[in-house]
Amino acid sequence: MAKNIKLMQGNEAIAEGAIIAGCNFFAGYPITPSSEIAELLSSKLPKTGGVFLQMEDEISALGAVLGAALGGAKAITASSGPGISLKQEHIGYASMSEIPCVIVNVMRGGPSTGLPTLPAQSDIMQAKWGTHGDHAIIAIVPSSVNESLYETIRAFNLSIKYRTPVLILTDEIIGHMREKVVVPDKSDVDIIDVKLPDVPPEEYNPYNYTSGAVTPLAPMGEGYRYHVTGLIHGETGFPSQKTETIKNAQNWLIDKIYKNIEDIEKFDEFQTEDADILVVAYGSTSRSTRQAVMMARTAGIKAGMFRPITIWPFPEKQISNLSKRIKKILVPEMNMGQIILEIQRNACESQVYGLNVVTGEPITPDQIYAKIKEIAES
Amino acid sequence: MIKTKFDYDKYLRKNTLPHIWCPGCGDGIILKALLRAIDKCEYPKDDVVVASGIGCASRLPGYVDFNTIHTTHGRALTFATGIKMFKPRLKVIAISGDGDALAIGGNHFIHAARRNIDITMIIFNNYTYGMTGGQYSPTQPLGTYSTTTSFGSIEQPFDACNLAQAAGATWVGRSTSYHAVQLEKFIVSALKHTGFSVLEVITNCHISFGRRNKMKSPVEMVKYQKEKAIPIRSAENMSDEELAGRFKTGIFLENTDKPEFSSEYRKMAETLKTK
Ligand SMILES: Cc1ncc(C[n+]2csc(CCOP(=O)(O)OP(=O)(O)O)c2C)c(N)n1
Ligand code: SF4
Repeated sequence: MAKNIKLMQGNEAIAEGAIIAGCNFFAGYPITPSSEIAELLSSKLPKTGGVFLQMEDEISALGAVLGAALGGAKAITASSGPGISLKQEHIGYASMSEIPCVIVNVMRGGPSTGLPTLPAQSDIMQAKWGTHGDHAIIAIVPSSVNESLYETIRAFNLSIKYRTPVLILTDEIIGHMREKVVVPDKSDVDIIDVKLPDVPPEEYNPYNYTSGAVTPLAPMGEGYRYHVTGLIHGETGFPSQKTETIKNAQNWLIDKIYKNIEDIEKFDEFQTEDADILVVAYGSTSRSTRQAVMMARTAGIKAGMFRPITIWPFPEKQISNLSKRIKKILVPEMNMGQIILEIQRNACESQVYGLNVVTGEPITPDQIYAKIKEIAES
Repeated sequence: MIKTKFDYDKYLRKNTLPHIWCPGCGDGIILKALLRAIDKCEYPKDDVVVASGIGCASRLPGYVDFNTIHTTHGRALTFATGIKMFKPRLKVIAISGDGDALAIGGNHFIHAARRNIDITMIIFNNYTYGMTGGQYSPTQPLGTYSTTTSFGSIEQPFDACNLAQAAGATWVGRSTSYHAVQLEKFIVSALKHTGFSVLEVITNCHISFGRRNKMKSPVEMVKYQKEKAIPIRSAENMSDEELAGRFKTGIFLENTDKPEFSSEYRKMAETLKTK
């Protein structure tokens, strides 16, 4: 069958991917550079039996998403910078109550109103630590328009499978550029659907902290009556302050992600086999990095790239293994140095260098190549 | 005539009791009225969603056997809006304290009213932040005391019912935890209304509010409700001086003309499908 190839924008690819994944609920609040996702879904969702809501702010937008998800919706919200800050309260609620949802952050420069129309990668640590309290999160960093579409589908799947909020972190560059996308048919991609628990209501507990298996979240209104709270709760869903319950609940939120890291992780390697210098880059910066690696190779410098696609949980094992072989690692980022901290923590046997651009301009292949050269000569 | 006793057990999650409320708190009276009202409306338990924010009042959902969501402070209506829009066949009830509904949740409150979404909101107005120990609330009467207004409040309070009407709610009423029979009747009426219905219930918090305002026992607080409540019709012939320090009770508004949001959305979606 002929491939369905389209030219589209990164934000459009996310909306398209959401629809293919079976998304049937969006709630948001307009903000540059993410608004196209809302605009597109506002015309798509009502036609496909779904719901589009523009709420009064980002807090209510994620609240509505979580309410709908409790009713069994595949729900998404999209925002940027200040809006993502407002969403933190309910990202924590979704983590604690284990409600699946997808949250898109089209990153722009900050802090505060910052650089509304210019790209940055400065919300990487916020994605992990933005809401209070210990929890684990899944965050994905697509580096192309095509990948934005497929990773959105994967984000929905992971959110349902692990009952967790999943963040998609793109940036103004990926969100607004236009590229070729191979649009899949629904039947060509794996899609995890919301389903009823396989036990009758009287045997259903909405949580399970000890068996290792993630309990499906029963859609409300289908005969499974249960309680949801942001307080620490036992497996029945009701609040508890018993030491044992607190311990199990806290551990579970971390374990269900980290013990399944091999299923959640995703990365790409480019010319790392014989590399002397490794560049770790993600999102739009990895595009310039690929070019810079080729420039270096032409100049006789053996450079390679490791590109996390799932950035949280961080691919610690891969970095640690690469560090055994490759003694120099460069981390270019459009921030003042965020993922470099993870690299330094895991690449114990390597010298780690940063390249940080926070001017609202993309990092160019020339800048990265110059840094590779400097490191090679040092 | 034999008066049969209402079977609360049918709706209570007895394994979650005892509740956290102080002895003499008015919140339990509202809970009981709510259960009797839901029973009168004959909603199947599986079809009822009760969402709340954070506070003493907002602990209610944990005790009742429906689909229950104890959300974040002030945000019950946001979750309620999401689930109502996604599954309009569900009966959605939001429970809030006065701080929850009108301070931190004030923005969600006026926007739910503006949309006229079919949700029944019950505001437990005890004039204070009960759960956090009695700080001042946006409904606290002028001159009264709290842990953060030690010299008497100089802030103008909100009238929740006026605010609801101005913002676009289509059913608005006020009762008290003392007027339990009226309260039940009003909840039935609010539940049966299609659109955003707001019922403000004046309730007593002798622990956090009463103690600091010469009403340290529940009895004194209930007396306050009995004496200060004035039915709308009686209030019509009273002067401003006579009304000072009192509050009106009754159904202020019942408007069935304004379109309801979740059904308007479905109608729009239907026309798009046929295109
Ligand atoms: C975001 C946030 N801010 C503050 C609090 C602390 N807090 C818990 S309950 C409450 C006030 C409750 O007062 P009210 O809504 O009037 O309900 P009541 O306890 O009187 O029933 C506050 C401020 C919180 N839980 N979350
Ligand atoms: S503090 Fe007040 S509102 Fe809270 S349970 Fe006690 S009496 Fe009721």
